[in-house]
Amino acid sequence: MLFARSLLDVRPEFSDPDHPATKALGGMVTPPTFVQSSAHWQPDYPLDLTRPRTGPPPAHRGDGGGGGLGRGLHAEQHYEYHHPIHAGDTPAVTTRPGEHWEKQGKRGGKLLFSETISEYRNQAGVLCVTARSVGVQTERAVDQ
Amino acid sequence: MRLKVGDTHEAVVIDKIARTHIVKYAGASGDFNPLHHDETIAKGMAGYPSVFAHGMLSMGLTGRMLTDWLGPTALRKFGVRFTKQVWPGDTLTARGEVTAVSDEGGKQVATIRVVTVNQDGDSVVEGEAVAEV
Repeated sequence: MLFARSLLDVRPEFSDPDHPATKALGGMVTPPTFVQSSAHWQPDYPLDLTRPRTGPPPAHRGDGGGGGLGRGLHAEQHYEYHHPIHAGDTPAVTTRPGEHWEKQGKRGGKLLFSETISEYRNQAGVLCVTARSVGVQTERAVDQ
Repeated sequence: MRLKVGDTHEAVVIDKIARTHIVKYAGASGDFNPLHHDETIAKGMAGYPSVFAHGMLSMGLTGRMLTDWLGPTALRKFGVRFTKQVWPGDTLTARGEVTAVSDEGGKQVATIRVVTVNQDGDSVVEGEAVAEV
């Protein structure tokens, strides 16, 4: 519900388990980009440097500029939906690196692209969502 | 719902996005990259004119246009490129246009070109969705 609210989404299927439309679906489902919130459960998630940790903080990616965080941008995101994620599910994710490539950008200097593929399976092992994320590291802040 | 090539849907998905919207998305998604909420870091260390919205906030808002139009479980695929940053105060309009419709064993499957633009008409998100409707 919090995730749907952050997207200004008031559809009952995403937030109200008692609504007839929700019951018709067999329970609450999730908005299309919901799996992004799995960051909360990623132990070494690098984009939350203030998170309390029992171990050492994650290493910066060593990409220079803005303290390591300043030059990384999200370039593309692609999802394939195989099976709905319902409220109460406990999805697990496996992540693997994809392709890497380099290109000369017009606005941000040399651009280094890298792909990450994530597969989200529910507690029964059913593949629910495949996500392909493309990140880019820029040499400098992107010109506006 | 029957769709045909050329059908369109459009919605203003956020009106003058506030820093608070961006912070709320940071909390909901877990992405606390300071570029999205800490003006000191965004301007001083990283060289941006201000904080800016997460690309995934723009994609999520664009997804809302699609689920409002097609239903909460219709999507089979949804993919985008982030083409421009979204700054506080921007108003985003998401548009979908059906570019192909096929019949897969009695199921209607539509391919939809997706573009979200800011108040200047510049695209911030461009992509494609495939939906079973």
